[in-house]
Amino acid sequence: FYLTPAQVNSILKANEYSFKVPEFDGKNVSSVLGFDSNQLPANAPIEDRRSAATCLQTRGMLLGVFDGHAGCACAQAVSERLFYYIAVSLLPHETLLEIENAVESGRALLPILQWHKHPNDYFSKEASKLYFNSLRTYWQELIDLNSGETTDVREALINAFKRLDNDISLEAQVGDPNSFLNYLVLRVAFSGATACVAHVDGVDLHIANTGDSRAMLGVQEEDGSWSAVNLSYDHNAQNEHEVERVKMEHPKSEEKSLVKQDRLLGLLMPFRAFGDVKFKWSIELQKRVIESGPDQLNDNEYTKFIPPNYHTPPYLTAEPEVIHHRLRPQDKFLVLATDGLWETMHRQDVARIVGEYLTGVHHQQPIAVGGYKVTLGQMHGLLTERRAKISSVFEDQNAATHLIRHAVGNNEFGTVDHERLSKMLSLPEELARMYRDDITIIVVQFNSHVIGAYQNEE
Amino acid sequence: IARMFLRLLSDIQWRAAHPKWRTMTGSQRSTSTTAEPHPVSLPAQAQVVICGGGIMGTSVAYHLSKMGWKDIVLLEQGRLAAGTTRFCAGIVSTARPVSIELKMAHYSNKLYQQLEQETGVQTGYMKTGSISLAQTQDRLISLKRIASSLNVMGIPCEIISPKKVLQLHPLINIHDLVGAMYMPEDALVSSANVSLALATAASRNGVQIHERTSVSHVTVQKGRVTGVETDRGRIQCEYFVNCAGQWAYELGHSGEEPVHIPLHACEHFYLLTHPLKEPLSSSLPTIVDPDGRIYIRNWQGGILSGGFEKNPKPLFTEGRNQLEIQNLQEDWDHFGPLLSALLRRMPGLETLQIMQLVNCPESFTPDMRCIMGESPTAQGYFVLAGMNSAGISYGGGAGKYLAEWMVNGYPSENVWPLDLKRFGTLQSSRTFLRHRVMEVMPLMCDLKVPRWDFQTGRQLRTSPLYDRLDAQGARWMEKHGFERVKYFVPPGNDLLDLDHSKTFYKPDWFDIVGSEVKCCKEAVCVIDMSSFTKFEISSTGDQALESLQYLFSNDLDVPVGHVVHTGMLNEKGGYENDCSIARLSKRSFFMISPTDQQVHCWAWLKNRLPDDSSLVMEDVTWKYTALNLIGPRAVDVLSELSYAPMTAEHFPSLFCKEMSVGYANGIRVMSITHTGEPGFVLYIPIEYALHVYNEVMNMGQKYGIRNAGYYALRSLRIEKFFAFWGQDLDAFTTPMECGREFQVKLEKGMQFLGQEALLEQKQNGVYKRFTMFILEDHDTDMDLWPWWGEPIFRNGRYVGKTTSSAYSYTLERHVCLGFVHHFDEKTGEELVVTTDFINQGEYEIDIAGQRFQAKAKLYPFSSLFTQRRRKDEVELSGYQRE
Repeated sequence: FYLTPAQVNSILKANEYSFKVPEFDGKNVSSVLGFDSNQLPANAPIEDRRSAATCLQTRGMLLGVFDGHAGCACAQAVSERLFYYIAVSLLPHETLLEIENAVESGRALLPILQWHKHPNDYFSKEASKLYFNSLRTYWQELIDLNSGETTDVREALINAFKRLDNDISLEAQVGDPNSFLNYLVLRVAFSGATACVAHVDGVDLHIANTGDSRAMLGVQEEDGSWSAVNLSYDHNAQNEHEVERVKMEHPKSEEKSLVKQDRLLGLLMPFRAFGDVKFKWSIELQKRVIESGPDQLNDNEYTKFIPPNYHTPPYLTAEPEVIHHRLRPQDKFLVLATDGLWETMHRQDVARIVGEYLTGVHHQQPIAVGGYKVTLGQMHGLLTERRAKISSVFEDQNAATHLIRHAVGNNEFGTVDHERLSKMLSLPEELARMYRDDITIIVVQFNSHVIGAYQNEE
Repeated sequence: IARMFLRLLSDIQWRAAHPKWRTMTGSQRSTSTTAEPHPVSLPAQAQVVICGGGIMGTSVAYHLSKMGWKDIVLLEQGRLAAGTTRFCAGIVSTARPVSIELKMAHYSNKLYQQLEQETGVQTGYMKTGSISLAQTQDRLISLKRIASSLNVMGIPCEIISPKKVLQLHPLINIHDLVGAMYMPEDALVSSANVSLALATAASRNGVQIHERTSVSHVTVQKGRVTGVETDRGRIQCEYFVNCAGQWAYELGHSGEEPVHIPLHACEHFYLLTHPLKEPLSSSLPTIVDPDGRIYIRNWQGGILSGGFEKNPKPLFTEGRNQLEIQNLQEDWDHFGPLLSALLRRMPGLETLQIMQLVNCPESFTPDMRCIMGESPTAQGYFVLAGMNSAGISYGGGAGKYLAEWMVNGYPSENVWPLDLKRFGTLQSSRTFLRHRVMEVMPLMCDLKVPRWDFQTGRQLRTSPLYDRLDAQGARWMEKHGFERVKYFVPPGNDLLDLDHSKTFYKPDWFDIVGSEVKCCKEAVCVIDMSSFTKFEISSTGDQALESLQYLFSNDLDVPVGHVVHTGMLNEKGGYENDCSIARLSKRSFFMISPTDQQVHCWAWLKNRLPDDSSLVMEDVTWKYTALNLIGPRAVDVLSELSYAPMTAEHFPSLFCKEMSVGYANGIRVMSITHTGEPGFVLYIPIEYALHVYNEVMNMGQKYGIRNAGYYALRSLRIEKFFAFWGQDLDAFTTPMECGREFQVKLEKGMQFLGQEALLEQKQNGVYKRFTMFILEDHDTDMDLWPWWGEPIFRNGRYVGKTTSSAYSYTLERHVCLGFVHHFDEKTGEELVVTTDFINQGEYEIDIAGQRFQAKAKLYPFSSLFTQRRRKDEVELSGYQRE
């Protein structure tokens, strides 16, 4: 079985999406030029999700990748809801009041987010009312709390993550009279998702990470070479601080059973996640909810199964670790990706491949005839060669697609091997998960001129 | 780079007769930027100040001084002919699709030919001829159309076979060609030297030329130019001419009262090579290969080749100014596709050695036509710029027309297609211009088929009904920034297919428009005509009536509620505008004119209405949505909606009344349709537009109402022989020449503009006559369709050109409208055209070289007016526009 290059391309490009920040006649003041994103499923259906949106009531842009486990329900819910929680957390008191008043009097709401979505990125219509009510309760509390202080982005991110996870948990405990919704909120709570979210506003880049997706900055050194800077820490057994943190939060008696086979309680790979109430609720609560829940839930062995050595819940949190970075002109791009990418590629390679892709043409020195003797034919040959080189890079119009092509198709020499690519992409569904994970990538490109101008102002 | 400059300029012979500026420029013409002293101070005042010492500025100076104006100062911020003019490829080509541009190029060629003899400055003029190649049949058709119009002007031009091409130019690969057009008279010049020659002659005639002098802005008082501020002091002047090329936009915006000159620069590349082993002859014809997007000329034994790529690089959007165009970056990767096209056309050049790739910015305009004329807001402020890379071809002619304009009040030809006033502020956005020129530059080489529309800079002005109509399948075209419906694609039709059908033959909307026309004839259709220009003119006393009576040829002293079709004529009796004017009250008038009249008509009236605060003119175009209800059932729809009787007894033709339609009150209803069909136009305050439209569509359902577009309207008006201003009528056409004596009241008791000229014509007869032609042996399915500009032959002799054409679904024939002249068989002198002359002839229309028999008619088919509401309506409704 063999896929033609065209077939390979159609598989790789099926989910690609690009967004360019509109250029206002050369007066573009956004530090973000735009972004490319793509997903390659291994699970069927894919359990990864991605989101991107521009904040309309505050400045800045939000981008995030979400890696679901035990189903896609939680990742889906987080991808729809988290940015609203963040945006609301960032809103000044007056705007919150304005929005609340609008809802109260049935007037049109101020738009909060402008989404940048691939047609396959859907929102659940059925749950929107429920989600909205939870969000509204949140902003009402924020209004009541009115601290009068300006909102700190780090705090807003942490609050939003924790609040959403809390709401997911509450909604599952309360249930819903509509049986479809009732089942949905339970599936959301019993499945899990990691999240890696970037908030970019001018030169201020915040990364909030929960779990083992990763954010990485691509930096161009003075000599033109590329290097990678991590902007998140994986929350898993390889991270000593995480292991330490988990151990601190539980009695010494549990020390041995907490992390087994590099997994939390011997079961869960990420040490932080949304949902996963099996690692958060007490055993009594889990049993009560499952018993009163719909039959489907009762029949599911996984949900009924209580983790071993489960003594002092919660064992899991959705609280993110937030890293702030001030963008510099040499920071050319940001890669957000789920662990599917990082398992197959070293960050240094990612930085190089994306960097070379993005600079592509510009990287080639312009030709100048100068005083040399060049004939039309020679020049034509030279230009044809250069075009061929560029077009091999530009087979992909999307940096994320280009990265996936390398992640899946790279041979031992670090170049894309079509045969390997073809084999990996034609694996039957049930086998695909054994050879690769879902991969979701967002590549954000920064506007060095704008960032440079910011720096000069200061 | 410096070497390049020297090469280009090496053969300039600097023999200025004027001693003053000879010392000023001196013999040292290096590219050094060190400021030279200005030995000659600027005069304190002059009649005319021209800004820009390129081909345009020097040509205007040359022609003005030839026409007897002497008190002229020409200012150049750098040195003469140092901008685009210096770098331009120097090809003088007459193959232009627009007739006025063709005339300009033809004149330029003749002028340059004798310039060296006249001035003693070597211009490098060489009559090489040019060959335009066709790689496709469609391209060949478009060349044949141009050839037809060149031939009747007496300009030698020939459609030739590929084999003949090879005989004329041995280097060309002809394997992919289907034919070509050969123009033996086209020429090459050194454009900088032409400009210097013009400057030399102008200077001998007394024009003062000052280099290294920048104009900072132009001062205007009470709507008139009063002077020019420069970096070397102020010059008082009556006239200012902006020939600043790609800086014309910025200069126009530098004053307090901005003058909008919509143009934008794009980079333009061409290649220079060393000579061939056996140097190319300097008489070898220039090759234009539009399908390959390139041109190739001989240059000092080698070649010069450039082109118009698909992905142009606009520049100076932010208006970065600089003294002279320093050689911009060469961009070989960008030039790559053009180089491929060059080597494909002349494979033998592979071993030819490159000298340089020149990057020379050119300015482009929103509609690919150059910009000339007087500012609508500042009298005495003239503009000549935006040559769309044909500056050297147009230079001579454009300078001549502008000089005539300034000296005589108007050029000797109709230049409306180039008039600055066809644009307004709305084409002046930098974003718009940047986007539009990126479309315009590739269009220089693209095939122009009938009815093509610009794709960029769209959806700027729209009717409030835009979304509603769009959802119902509307396909749009644009006029003066306004989106107008061409036709409605019925659900289920293959939309993609329809949009891609660009053809010289029968288009695939044929049946769609046919059904819209049928509905207009049998039931009722709605056409959104909101784009029309609408003015209200009122006064406290009789000033409005008195002024309008003078400015319009028809009698406007009619009872309140009447609508008058009338021309707005110039002194020669020609149409400056064609409008409908409703008398709303004794002292106020509502005037409707074509969409693109918004700027011109406003300026014309502003400059002529008395400066009287009790007389108010307001542009209310944006305030009203206009719905045209066409068809026999329009009367039923409207009377049901208004509970008012709308029959001819109660609401006669050419009547205007404010009434309610549905819930909405204050709707201005006029019994005109611009087609000769029965019906009404509703002028609806925009906030009621959606309501009234919905009411009309709901109520109209039982009468079979449907939406229609401008193509249907066009077919209807042309089969009724209605002329349209801007297409058929222009400033050189009088009512007498187009059968509209009835719209002129020569004895209305007072004088009006153009009256004398009309009286003279009435006495002596006219020299051209608007005529309708029905194509007889034309197969609609198989033959090329007429468009406009096709030559008309009478008894085998050329007598004029068509101005518009359409398929008449009623006659099931093509109808062309056009003007018939009577040229004396021996002398070519123009003679009076009589009715007999028209009627006693055998006519043929030439479509791309193929002639079709045509029947000439001076009056429309009366049988078409089936629903005649009043006996005189046929006559009175003889008015139309698009």
